[in-house]
Amino acid sequence: MDMEVFDSDFKVPGKEKKKSYEVDAESLSQAQVERLMSVDVDHIRGIFGVDAPVASLLLRYMNWNKERLIEKYMDDPTAINVDAGISAADEEPKVSRAASTTGPTRTTRSGKLSKVKSPSPKRDEPFVCPICFDDTQTETLALSCTHTFCASCWNAYVTGKIREEGEHWIRCMAEGCSLVAPDPFIQQALGDDTATWSRFQELLVRHFVSCNKNLKFCPYPNCTYTVSCPAAATKSSLSTIVPTVTCGAGPDHKFCFGCSVESDHRPVVCAVASMWLKKCHDDSETANWIKSNTKECTKCQSTIEKNGGCNHMTCKKCKHEFCWVCMGPWTEHGTAWYSCNRYDEKASQDARDSQSKSRASLERYLHYYNRWANHEQSAKLSMDLYKKTEQKMEEMQITSELTWIEVQFMKKAVDEVFKCRMTLKWTYAMAYYLERGNPKELFEDNQRDLEKAVEDLSELLEQAIEPAEIATLRQKVTDKTVYVQKRNEIMLEDTANGFLEGRWTWNATVEGFE
Amino acid sequence: MAGIASRRLAKELKEIHTQGCPVGIQLLSADNFEEWHLSLEVMGDSQYQGEVFALKFRFEPQYPISAPAVQFMVTDKYKSPVHPHVYSNGHICASILGTEWSPVLSVIGVCVTLQSMLASCKKKERPPDNDRYVRHAPDNPKQTRFHYHDDTV
Repeated sequence: MDMEVFDSDFKVPGKEKKKSYEVDAESLSQAQVERLMSVDVDHIRGIFGVDAPVASLLLRYMNWNKERLIEKYMDDPTAINVDAGISAADEEPKVSRAASTTGPTRTTRSGKLSKVKSPSPKRDEPFVCPICFDDTQTETLALSCTHTFCASCWNAYVTGKIREEGEHWIRCMAEGCSLVAPDPFIQQALGDDTATWSRFQELLVRHFVSCNKNLKFCPYPNCTYTVSCPAAATKSSLSTIVPTVTCGAGPDHKFCFGCSVESDHRPVVCAVASMWLKKCHDDSETANWIKSNTKECTKCQSTIEKNGGCNHMTCKKCKHEFCWVCMGPWTEHGTAWYSCNRYDEKASQDARDSQSKSRASLERYLHYYNRWANHEQSAKLSMDLYKKTEQKMEEMQITSELTWIEVQFMKKAVDEVFKCRMTLKWTYAMAYYLERGNPKELFEDNQRDLEKAVEDLSELLEQAIEPAEIATLRQKVTDKTVYVQKRNEIMLEDTANGFLEGRWTWNATVEGFE
Repeated sequence: MAGIASRRLAKELKEIHTQGCPVGIQLLSADNFEEWHLSLEVMGDSQYQGEVFALKFRFEPQYPISAPAVQFMVTDKYKSPVHPHVYSNGHICASILGTEWSPVLSVIGVCVTLQSMLASCKKKERPPDNDRYVRHAPDNPKQTRFHYHDDTV
């Protein structure tokens, strides 16, 4: 517990003033989420007068929607108790074949769990578990439906459900019985298997988090932290902010609260980012192939692939005859097979013009796509750059007076370049969809300035190191890093402000912007 | 925990030997506690008059906590029944073999359920996605996540 308190202190740093491209978010540990859950459970317990495990089952059944639960419960408490697996469908406990020899049983009052019994009531014959048929088992368990099985079968069953299936909604083992095991029963069935019990607790927390729009689980593998970001809980909020959040457990624990497209797709909003990715996924390869392998018929604009034969083309569709090389009509070639020397003829020039018009939209897309992909690729290569930089940093220590701390400027520069390339990458996705006009021009000015600064800095980092020039290099890199940082800030800030002001208009229909 | 499957299967086997199988069901082989074969015939008036099928049961050590892998055998001697919930490779789309499995069910219990599933069939046809499924089906039907179709057939 102490650790946890320390952790949460550590995780919420006193933030200075918030930038417009940042959102308010809070990181919660598992214990903190459990506390939120118990507040809800206590609330329901107080209203309905049931005990905590029952309240928990009811809430879980209703996906933690308290209002709906209260409404339904007021309407028909019996029905919801049956649906939530708390009591059996008919009030008279039926004698099932699984517990056929059981004597008088207590009647099941809805909303009240009968205590788990162990061992089972005295009987004349030894109890034979209907699952394992082991008659040496002395310990048995049953839910209030009195379907009795031995403790080790229950243990295996509950363990399997939790471990293999990741299930927190564990029904009675009897066929067709819809009673659900409440928490104390599960704890008892698991015995001293605390690992599975804590896995169960985690499943409950995950379920609670998935039901709550304000909460999201940190997607980092094995991370147990939850981020609360009420600002991004509604769909409409996602058209004005880009909720990049972190649970604070590490530099990689960063994710987008609004979508799962990419952990940080600032400055562009979720809807545009996912539209772009979908387009690239569908189109980029095809578009590239079309660009390099086909031409359009100059008359009907059908896309044609030339897969062999001579340059005398006849369009399959409109029967237009033209030359593959100069794109001019074939009639002007006469009999000049294979040798096209008429590149500058007026007719062929016109044909190429119309060709290039139809290529324009493809070209436009590829322009953005190639830049987008280039920044992604460069960012990916930053791992190599890291290694190279580290080498350089060592080199510098040897060849100059600088200490390890003093050569950190290189590493910092690499970090900054990586960050900015991610920003740049997404600015291309955004620019592709931006409607032409002044706002777009300003956007692209910012983009250009950032790109230029990043490329300059990148170049500096790649340079070979002359011992005599280390001092100047250091000065240059440090200055450039600060400048790049500044440009990135401007890019992010201005775009975020644009979203808040509703300044951006799109050349396509974007979800949430109608 | 060791031996739960074998103890349980031994008990089921003993019951089959002492009490016999329900009519239409016969034990073909049960030489170990990993794989059993049973034959299945639909008695009385049905679409499957005169046809005999064979079922293959495969058990994991966690049986009966985990469901057995059950499928119709497709061999020279046996065919997969033509039924809207049975694929031509013998795989069966039945909820009691998946999400609705209960450890209380037994081998004979499964056979009886499948017998009545065949008996109530009104029209002999393959599942609509048969070809697609069979082409990519895993060897063990338990690895398939079936969407259970309607229960009316």
